[in-house]
Amino acid sequence: MGMTMTQKILASHAGLPEVKAGDLIEAKLDRVLGNDVTTPPAIKVFEDMGAGKVFDKDRVCLVPDHFTPNKDIKSAELTKCMRCFARQQEITNYYELGSKGMGIEHVILPDNGLVFPGDLIIGADSHTCTYGALGAFSTGVGSTDLACAMASGKTWFKVPEAIKVVLTGKPSDLITGKDIILHIIGTIGVDGALYKSLEFFGDGISYLSMESRLTICNMAIECGGKNGIFPVDDITLSYISKTDPERYSAGDYKVYEADPDAEYPEVLEVDLSAIPFTVALPHLPSNTRDASTVGLPIDQVVIGSCTNGRYEDIALAAELFRGRHVAPGIRCIVIPGSQRVYRRALDEGMLAVFDDAGCVISTPTCGPCLGGHMGILAEGERCVSTTNRNFVGRMGHVGSEVILSGVPVAVASAIKGRVAVPTEL
Amino acid sequence: MKAEGRVFKYQDNVDTDVIIPARHLTSADPEQLKLHCMEDIDPSFVSRVTPGDIMVAGKNFGCGSSREHAPIAIKASGISLVIASDFARIFYRNSINVGLPIMECPEASEKISDGDIICADFDTGIIENRTTGETYRAAPFPDFIKKIIDCGGLVPYTQSKDKEV
Repeated sequence: MGMTMTQKILASHAGLPEVKAGDLIEAKLDRVLGNDVTTPPAIKVFEDMGAGKVFDKDRVCLVPDHFTPNKDIKSAELTKCMRCFARQQEITNYYELGSKGMGIEHVILPDNGLVFPGDLIIGADSHTCTYGALGAFSTGVGSTDLACAMASGKTWFKVPEAIKVVLTGKPSDLITGKDIILHIIGTIGVDGALYKSLEFFGDGISYLSMESRLTICNMAIECGGKNGIFPVDDITLSYISKTDPERYSAGDYKVYEADPDAEYPEVLEVDLSAIPFTVALPHLPSNTRDASTVGLPIDQVVIGSCTNGRYEDIALAAELFRGRHVAPGIRCIVIPGSQRVYRRALDEGMLAVFDDAGCVISTPTCGPCLGGHMGILAEGERCVSTTNRNFVGRMGHVGSEVILSGVPVAVASAIKGRVAVPTEL
Repeated sequence: MKAEGRVFKYQDNVDTDVIIPARHLTSADPEQLKLHCMEDIDPSFVSRVTPGDIMVAGKNFGCGSSREHAPIAIKASGISLVIASDFARIFYRNSINVGLPIMECPEASEKISDGDIICADFDTGIIENRTTGETYRAAPFPDFIKKIIDCGGLVPYTQSKDKEV
């Protein structure tokens, strides 16, 4: 029996010639990631274990991004705990506020060249599944798993079965990866891929930018997926040739392909040309609608996050905001996902466009996405957001609402003061 | 091992944001976390729960964030067992790692009502409903997971394996 792309990466890192769905394996990790919320409890476990040193200071990545710049004393204590650990362990990839490489973890790891095809990565953050966009296996874990992984460089996995997602056709103008993944989640439900991989195939992939692929894999968790993964193509190679030219030139990565006879118990066909601007209404990412049919009034728009805070997202928002203005009474918060994205937006005049349009611009942070800070909602308020979850109370008061969308719908909604699509502009 | 207690019943897709809202994640102390457990879907849970009580829910329990604070908050609140039709995978892993007993049983999830008194045997997977007299059978854990549970969580398991080497 052949193996899926995911299974091949797991087998290789477990030192096994083959694995099959359901096998329990122990695999070596190329990267281990934690943030300011999940790392402090992991550090306690790490110390209680008497672990001493991390397995490899170059392979552990620690990113303060959730409650940073710190929103209160307690969050400052959390970040301090992680910072002290990073210094003591001489962690190479710790990203202090203001450093060139800093930002939201799932924006910076790929952009900083820390993810390459064939890598196996775990992170104590559920959106760690983002990196499948580059043909890597990555998945989220909790703090105890992070602690054990930091100590040993290994972790256990149950080998997943996979859903084959065949993407065909060319998406319409301004339809992005966000519309595609919301459409998929709306089709299969928030548990449609529980414990499984989403493996993407089809000629439609060639129309998807790296940013769109990262957005799609980012939200694999929102349908329960263990990971999402794209095959490696010229778009991937062109991307990694820029993020770490040295590693790229050295050929220090591996391109895996699913076997022709790999088993996929489920196949989902998605015609990209038929996907409309899509939103997910409260309170589940699967509660999707054609955005043009919604029209609900709103109070706030958030553009950013690990889902949609990359250069292409910010550039697209600027293009759509140019010469236009946020509707009276609407608050629009733009959050570039990293310092590099922020600087490029500054150099290319985008921040001025946002300012002219009546948006506020924030330093990179997860902030409002998880109801942390920088845009919390009051009772009865409704926000269109390019983030990834719209659960009850996610962005603030239990009586507030989040509508998930891609960047073009978010911009159009900010301008119209209601859920709107860019064709109305 | 067995758990016996009164049931708190919840629906499908109970997410980690309602189990423990992110605004309370500035602390990882179980004693702090338990004060806010379930507050966004069941504000009276904290005042009503008593040690040994059991949580029963529908599909995809614990979906969303990877925050280990979620199973920690449930465990610290006194809940002795969570039964669901199935669990989101990171929550499943985290529960085992922190020693919160969980069982997957669609039949129990469907038939047990709020307030029922139930008794569950972790070794046999048999769940008895003392209120209705019904019995349900949960899927047993894979042996590997049983070993982690028997060791008392992932940390002692990892340490015991290191000793073997």
